[in-house]
Amino acid sequence: MCIVEVEGMRGFPTACTTPAMGGIVVKANTPQIQELRRNILELVLTEHPHTCLVCDRKERCQPYHICLRKVAVTTGCIMCPKNGRCELQKVVDYVGLAEVKLPYTYRDLPILRDSPFFDRDYNLCILCGRCVRVCQEIRGVGAIAFTYRGSDALVGTAFDYSLEEAGCQFCGACVDACPTGALAERAAKWEGLPERVITTICPYCGVGCQLNLEIKKERIISSVPILEALANKLPLKNFVFQGTPNKGQACVKGRFGIVEFVHHPQRLTNPLIKENGEFKEASWDEVLDLVADKLQRYKGDQFALISSAKITNEENYLSQKFARAIMGTNNVDHCARLCHSPSVAGLTQAFGSGAMTNPISDIGDAACVFVIGSNTPSGHPVIALEVKRAISKGAKLIVANPREINLCRWADVWLRHLPGSDVALLMGMMRVIMDEGLADLAFVEERCENFDAFKQSLKDFDLDFVEKVTRVPKAKIIEAARLYATQKPATIVYAMGITQHSHGTDNVFAIANLAMLTGNIGKPFSGVNPLRGQNNVQGACDMGALPNVYIGYQRIDNPDIQKKFEDFWGVSLSPTPGLTLPEMFDTIHSGKIKAMYLIGENPVISEADAKHTEEALKKLEFLIAQDIFLSESARLASVVLPACSFAEKDGTFTNTERRIQRVRKAIKPTGNSKPDWWIICEIAKRMGGKGFDFSDPSEIMQEIAKVTPGYGGVNYQRLEKVSLCWPCPNEESLGTPILHIGTFVRGKGRFTPLSYKPPAEMPDKDYPLILTTGRSLYHYHTGTMTRKVFGLNFLEPEGAVEVNPADARGLGINQGDKVKVISRRGEVITKARVTEASPPGVVYMSFHFAESAANILTSATVLDPVAKMPELKVSAVRIEKV
Amino acid sequence: MPHELAEIFKSYQAEKGAVIPLLQKVQENLGYLSKEAISEIAKFSGISESEVFGVASFYAQFRFTPRGEHSLKVCLGTACHVRGGSNILETVERELGVQPGGTTSDYKFSLERVACFGCCALAPVMVVDKDVHGRMTTTKVKDILGKY
Repeated sequence: MCIVEVEGMRGFPTACTTPAMGGIVVKANTPQIQELRRNILELVLTEHPHTCLVCDRKERCQPYHICLRKVAVTTGCIMCPKNGRCELQKVVDYVGLAEVKLPYTYRDLPILRDSPFFDRDYNLCILCGRCVRVCQEIRGVGAIAFTYRGSDALVGTAFDYSLEEAGCQFCGACVDACPTGALAERAAKWEGLPERVITTICPYCGVGCQLNLEIKKERIISSVPILEALANKLPLKNFVFQGTPNKGQACVKGRFGIVEFVHHPQRLTNPLIKENGEFKEASWDEVLDLVADKLQRYKGDQFALISSAKITNEENYLSQKFARAIMGTNNVDHCARLCHSPSVAGLTQAFGSGAMTNPISDIGDAACVFVIGSNTPSGHPVIALEVKRAISKGAKLIVANPREINLCRWADVWLRHLPGSDVALLMGMMRVIMDEGLADLAFVEERCENFDAFKQSLKDFDLDFVEKVTRVPKAKIIEAARLYATQKPATIVYAMGITQHSHGTDNVFAIANLAMLTGNIGKPFSGVNPLRGQNNVQGACDMGALPNVYIGYQRIDNPDIQKKFEDFWGVSLSPTPGLTLPEMFDTIHSGKIKAMYLIGENPVISEADAKHTEEALKKLEFLIAQDIFLSESARLASVVLPACSFAEKDGTFTNTERRIQRVRKAIKPTGNSKPDWWIICEIAKRMGGKGFDFSDPSEIMQEIAKVTPGYGGVNYQRLEKVSLCWPCPNEESLGTPILHIGTFVRGKGRFTPLSYKPPAEMPDKDYPLILTTGRSLYHYHTGTMTRKVFGLNFLEPEGAVEVNPADARGLGINQGDKVKVISRRGEVITKARVTEASPPGVVYMSFHFAESAANILTSATVLDPVAKMPELKVSAVRIEKV
Repeated sequence: MPHELAEIFKSYQAEKGAVIPLLQKVQENLGYLSKEAISEIAKFSGISESEVFGVASFYAQFRFTPRGEHSLKVCLGTACHVRGGSNILETVERELGVQPGGTTSDYKFSLERVACFGCCALAPVMVVDKDVHGRMTTTKVKDILGKY
C-alpha cells in the first residue's frame, strides 16, 4: 500500500524502501496508484472476511453491534473485536474500494486460545508480518514465525507448540502491531472503542514505561504502550523517541497486568479500625481523628515511618516531611534499603551521585554490555530490549550470573561465578586489565583520585585465588576483562545480584572502580547503570525518604542543611540520623519504637527473616497501614487507610534513568479510597501541623522545586511537554541525561581499595546448599498486585525451588516433587524444579509467593556496614523431600 | 544432546548463521528433523525454534516426521498420469493408510509422489527403495507391498 510514483523511476517503488534524494518528485496519490492499490487490496481481502468492509449499509448495523459481535466466527467487521481500529477499514476507505470481485476463501482455521491474554484468529490474518518482526527484531524472542509457504503460509510456532512452549513472554507487542482483528486482547475484546485515553506511567518496575490507559465508563479497559508518546509534541529534530524510556514497548505486567488489580474486588474501599482483633469499617473523619490523636502520644524516636517506592514523588516528600516536621524523628526509610541502598552509598562516594549515569537508550548503542547480577529479561524486560538491540548491532555481551538467564544465549562470555564472589571476580578482571596495560591511565590521571591505594589492593587478587573463590576458569575472566576494556564504549548494567549482600557496598565500589579504570564513564553509551526495582524508588530516594538525608540527598548531620529546613518548614528538627528499615524492626523488638506508619509496603514478605519482621509488627502499640489491598502486613495493623492506585491520582514518578514523568489521574478513586498525599496532609493538619495545605500535587511539586537543587526546574507545566532527567536545576535546563561529563559530580572520581569478604553465611555440613533469590517475569515483588491477575497466575501459579540435576539426584528429588527448604531461620514447603539453570550447589527461589516465602529463609543478622543491607542473595539451606 | 548432533555442530562452529546447510546435514544424518533436533539447532544458532521451523517448513526438502524403512514413490508425471498413475497412488494410499509425504504408523513405508523417473516406457511406475516396478496395475499393488 505504500507504493508511490517517482518521476524518472520505473514502476511503482515502495515508499518505505526507497531512499529520498535531493530533487526527486514523489506522487503518493494518483488515479493510477489508487487503482493499483485497489487491486492489491482486493487480493488481500479474498482471504479476509470483508462483507462489512464493502457494504454500503454498514452504518445502519451499528446499533446491533452488541448482539452481533459475540459470535465465535468473525465473518465481517461488525463481529470483529477490532472494529473501529482496524487498519484495513481505513485503507479500504482511503483507496475507495467498493466491491471485491474475486471469490472469497474462508480458511476455517481454529481460533487459538492458548494465551491467557489474547486470542489468535488467523482467519483474519493478512500475513503482513508485523507481529513476526516485532517478536523477532524488537523483542528478540521469536516465539512466532512464518511457517510453510505459498497458500499454506501462516504465522505460527514450531510444530504448533503453544505460545508458552514456544518461549512467548506475553508482552503483547504482536497484539499492538496487528493491523486486523487476528490478534485481539481477550479482556478488552468486546469493549469497543474507549471513551478517552489517558497517558500515564506503569506502576510496576523502575523502567517507567509510558502507557495509555483506555477508559470506558470509569473503567480501564486496556493499558497499551504508546508509540508516539511525548515525541510528537517535540520539535522534529528531537523526534526519535526522546522522552520515552520504553519506545512503544511494555512487558506482560504493564500490558496485561494492570486492569485486573486496579479494578479488583478486594481493593480496600473504606478505612478500617481494628477492635478486639476484628476490622470494622469507619468513616474518614473518625479514622483520621483517631490516628491524629494516637500519634500525638508517639512523637519523637518512638515513631517510625516506612514510606513507599510505589507512591509518587509528591507523596514521598510529604511522608518524610510528616515524619521530620510533625513527628520530630528521622526514622523514615523505604524499601530501597533492600534494593539499591548500597548503590546510593557506593556510587555517591565514588562519583558523587547514586543513580544510573546514562539513559536507558544509551545501552542499545554501546559496543560492549556487561550485565552483572541482573536477570534483566525478567526483572526489567524493557531494558533487556536495549541489551538485545546492542547485540543486534554487533555489541559484545558479557553476562556474570550464577544462574543461566535468558541473556546467556547471546553472551560472548558467561561468567558463572559463585553467589557472593563478585568483588573477587571484578577485582580479578581489573587485575588483568592492569597487567595487560589495557587501563585508560590518562583518564585515571586526569579525572580520578586514590588510585595508588586501589592499585595496591589489586595485588591480593591473583587469578589463581580468584578462580578458586569464584569458580570461574581463569581464561574466561581474562576474556571478559579484555572485551570490557577494549570494546568501547562499554556499559555496566547491574541490579540486586550486586547489592543484596552483606558487602553490597563493596560490590558497588568494585563496579565503580572498573568503570573508572577503563574510562567508561561520563561519556555517551558507557556508564554504570544500577537498574532500580520499583516504579518510583529513585524518586523516593530523591525525596529524602531515607533516615540520613533530607530531600535531594542533603545530609541530616550537616547543621547548615538542618537550619535551612528548619527555616523552610518553620519547625525545629532532630539532628540525629534515623534508623534504617532492618534496624527499625530490631528496635521494635527492644521496645523503643512503639508506633509505625506503613505506606504501601509489605515487609512481612519482602524483608529478610520474615518471622522476625512479623513478630515485630505484632509487638507495636499502634500500626497504621496505608495500602490499596489488605496485604499480609496490613492485616496486622491497628488502622488501615485505603489509598488510591496510581490510576486514580496525579503526581510524578522518577524512573531508573532519573526521568521525572507525569502520572495522570485516569479514573475516579475506588470506593472511598483517597490519594496518599491527601491522607498524609489530613493527618498532619489534624495534628496541628503547618505547611500541609495542598489542594493539588502540582503545588507540592512547587515546594519540592524550591528546596531540591536537582528538581529546581521541574514543574507540571513543563512536564506536560517533556519528561526531564534530573539534575534539572532551573527552568532553562533541559535536564541531564548523562552524568559526570567532563567532571564527576563530586569533583574527582574516587577509587576504593577492596579486599575479598566471603558471604556471611557459607554452606556447611548441616546446610550444604546456597540459596539465592530473585524475581520472575510474571510476578512483581510480594505479589500484592500481580497475584490478583488471572493470566499471570495462570502462567506462574506457584513458587518453586530450582535445583541442579546433580544435586537433585543426590537428594532423590524429581521434577515437581514437594520439598522442604530449611535454613537456620525457618523452613518453607515448595515444589522442586530440576533445571540446569541453577549451578550445582546453588538453589534458587523467587520471593513473590506468600505461601512459600523465600524470605522466611534469608538472614537479617549480618548487614552491610555502610548501607545496612541484609544478605538476601546468599543463605545456607538444606532441602528435604516431603 | 544426541552424539550425532554434537558431531555435526562441531563442523559448523565457525558459521553459526548457516542454518539451511545445517538443517540439510542434520536431516541427512537423522533421516528427518525431529523436535529435539530443531530445538538443538535453535540453541546452537542463537535463534528461536519457531524461526528455525519457519525456515525448514518453507522448503519441501525438509521432513519433520521420521522416514519409514522403505521409501515408496509413485510417479504422476505426464506419461504415468495418462496411463492411470493416480489410480495406483490412490490404491497405495488406501493400502497403507497414509497420504503422500506421510509414513505408516509401523514406520515401514514412507509414501511420496514424484513427477517422472525418466522411464516413461514403463508407465505407470512405482519405485520402492531402488526397485522399479513398471507397468503397474491396481491389483499388483498389494502383492508388491507384501514383499517388503
